[in-house]
Amino acid sequence: MKVLVGVKRVVDYNVRVQVKPDGSGVATEGVKMSVNPFDEIAIEEALRMKSAGKADEVIAVSIGPQAAQEQLRTALAMGADRAILVETDQTLEPLTVARVFKALVDQEQPGLVILGKQAIDDDAGQTPQMLAALWDRPQATFASKVEIEGESAKVTREVDLGLETIEIDLPAVISADLRLNEPRYVKLPDIMKAKKKPIGTHTLEELGVEIAPALKPVKTEAPQARQGGHKVESVSELVAELKNKGLI
Amino acid sequence: MIDYQAPLTDMQFVLEHLVGERLAGLAPFAALDRETIGAVLQEAARLVEAEIAPLNAAGDRQGCRLQETAVQTPAGFPAAYQAFVDGGWQGLSLPEVDGGQGLPYLYSHVLMDMLAAANSAFSLYPMLTQSACEALRLHGSEALRDRYLATLTSGRFAGTMCLTEPQAGSDLSLIRTRAEPDGADAAGPAYRLTGTKIFITGGEQDLSENIVHMVLARLPDAPAGVEGISLFLVPKLLPDGERNAVYCRGLEQKMGIHGASTCVMGFEGARGWLVGEANRGLRHMFTMMNLARLAVGSQGLGIAEAAAQRALGYARERLQGRPGKGQRTGETVPIVAHAEVRRMLLRLRTGAEGARMLAYDVAAEVDVARHHADPARREQAAGYVELMTPICKAGLTDIGLANASLAVQVYGGHGYIRDNGVEQLLRDAKINCLYEGTNGIQAIDLVARKLRLADGALPEILFRRVAKAPAEGAFAPLPALLAQAREVTARLQARLAAGEDVTGLAYPYLEGMLRLALAGQWARAQQAAPALAPAQAARKQAAAVFFARTELARARAEFEIAAQDPAECALADPALV
Repeated sequence: MKVLVGVKRVVDYNVRVQVKPDGSGVATEGVKMSVNPFDEIAIEEALRMKSAGKADEVIAVSIGPQAAQEQLRTALAMGADRAILVETDQTLEPLTVARVFKALVDQEQPGLVILGKQAIDDDAGQTPQMLAALWDRPQATFASKVEIEGESAKVTREVDLGLETIEIDLPAVISADLRLNEPRYVKLPDIMKAKKKPIGTHTLEELGVEIAPALKPVKTEAPQARQGGHKVESVSELVAELKNKGLI
Repeated sequence: MIDYQAPLTDMQFVLEHLVGERLAGLAPFAALDRETIGAVLQEAARLVEAEIAPLNAAGDRQGCRLQETAVQTPAGFPAAYQAFVDGGWQGLSLPEVDGGQGLPYLYSHVLMDMLAAANSAFSLYPMLTQSACEALRLHGSEALRDRYLATLTSGRFAGTMCLTEPQAGSDLSLIRTRAEPDGADAAGPAYRLTGTKIFITGGEQDLSENIVHMVLARLPDAPAGVEGISLFLVPKLLPDGERNAVYCRGLEQKMGIHGASTCVMGFEGARGWLVGEANRGLRHMFTMMNLARLAVGSQGLGIAEAAAQRALGYARERLQGRPGKGQRTGETVPIVAHAEVRRMLLRLRTGAEGARMLAYDVAAEVDVARHHADPARREQAAGYVELMTPICKAGLTDIGLANASLAVQVYGGHGYIRDNGVEQLLRDAKINCLYEGTNGIQAIDLVARKLRLADGALPEILFRRVAKAPAEGAFAPLPALLAQAREVTARLQARLAAGEDVTGLAYPYLEGMLRLALAGQWARAQQAAPALAPAQAARKQAAAVFFARTELARARAEFEIAAQDPAECALADPALV
């Protein structure tokens, strides 16, 4: 079974992000970029499937600028067998990303696609579900445990009420939640070996995917600074204030 | 709280724009691309930030414990060490034939930059192993290398350097540990070692499977003094698994680096093998000691960086005072709004970033000296490294200590409180000025030895490099400083030739040379800064200007002190001190 995993290049989680002065987005120039942490979990899960004999090949996929090769190299150093970069400098929406994955699914015919449940840049959290719909295959989102059993997978999901375990037929889409696993550290010798692993590149045109933006960002701004609080003398004063602010 | 974040942007700036070109031309590293280097740095940073840095404060409080002859390192150290070994980091810049990764020697300094900043105590264990590797690789017999080199390179076995004895510190001619012949085996002639060694870092620990001690001792017929000292390899566990008669007999209670075990080691008829030639042990040890001195310089760099990070973070958050002169009302501001605090912060940052440029510059020359195709260029690089080793060791560890002290200052009274975590840096920083040859010894080495080597030609290698640095803007006084350095150097060399003792003013000379070398680096950094993103470029240029405006004058003053006649400086009579 082939497993396709998504690898998004995002601003590192340790970086204090800053909004561009013109409000057109977040500044990324000179900022440390990393693999989206949820995608790392997805890669780790695929690699564990491979070492358990449940998967034969792990293919890391990134869609983004040429520099996203760095994140693909990380995936290769972790142990992925090969990588695909779909190169574009355009801003991508979840639906476009899902379409690209669908095109790659058609090419590669994987038994499973594992994606991070969301990316920490825009936190959209939509691509896995959209891909499942386009592909017309089952989805198991927010996975915290995955067991592959022949042609199906038993997946424990983190839902609002607690944990839910479902069984899905393969091929399918799984989205990785935080507690699914703890990604490994990359070993130095594996970084050197990753240099020799292949990264195939495609363009959106080659895959027949068109960027047709359905969303229009109005502006990006930093959250408002926290306002200082103040003490009230009595419960009735508190209630009055809350009402006044329209909070109750 | 984030304990430490590796300054990858600054590291990459130095690697790419100030030293990278030199490595690109070296045959063994031709295939090393920017991407791979970026990946190596990023993954090293990940491990160090997540596994090693968080153990720093707890390791300081818990320290090491001795039970019978076993030493327990602080909680978490064994697992972190294992992660370090599993990741292959011990062999980063050790040869591929021994199981290392064969990356440039330079990168061992980048790694030390991170390790020492994150956890100085922890950083010592890999550092000593690397030193033991170098000594064994360069001088050990094939049989001995076959037996121990691969396991040391991987870090499965750890190494120690057993030099100091209670009566033999800076003066190793006083060593008394004895080595008696005791048959031979596959690894060559064997010996029984008897004696006591002190201040042995990692002499006993619970991190590695085995411990390989590199020990200086005397053979029965050895001549007195340093010409009668030989180097031996003594493992904790013998090849058949039996415990060798070398035991930890005490742990030192130290000012800092509590997580590093500092042992009194008893060699009680322990079995060992000769490394290299008999009676040439000190010489063998020194080939590796020079590298260890550079590594200690980079420990100073690491602490300087950690101090700068802490102080900057605190100064941006601590609210005290109002903006503007004499203003008594209005919003309180973070202390970074006060110019006197900014002076400290800029000094911290220029200290760390300058130390980084110099440490990487000299480390890159070690690679050039090893691998360059042109013998003349190799020789020049080796000469530069000889000259700069004492300057880096003393200079960069002084910067580490000064930065740690300044970080405490930025925190004010809160810096003196344990829970705030900066006083540890100050305690941990001091050892770097002491071990691997005290900083005073380094100054003496610079003046009494390095100024005379190669007919006195070594300083000119540095001077020519500084002369090529762009003396623009705030660095306009650089040529005048260089002329002063040349003059002082010539004067010292003349005094040396006349047989005068000039070591009393060796330290000011070293301080002047350090600042001259740093000025050369900063002048180049100022020029290269536009390669950075705009905000970072502006900060780099500001740091360069601040360095020029504050340190060039200090360099002139130090050279002025060093230029005086030591006989007229009240230095001559022990009774008068």
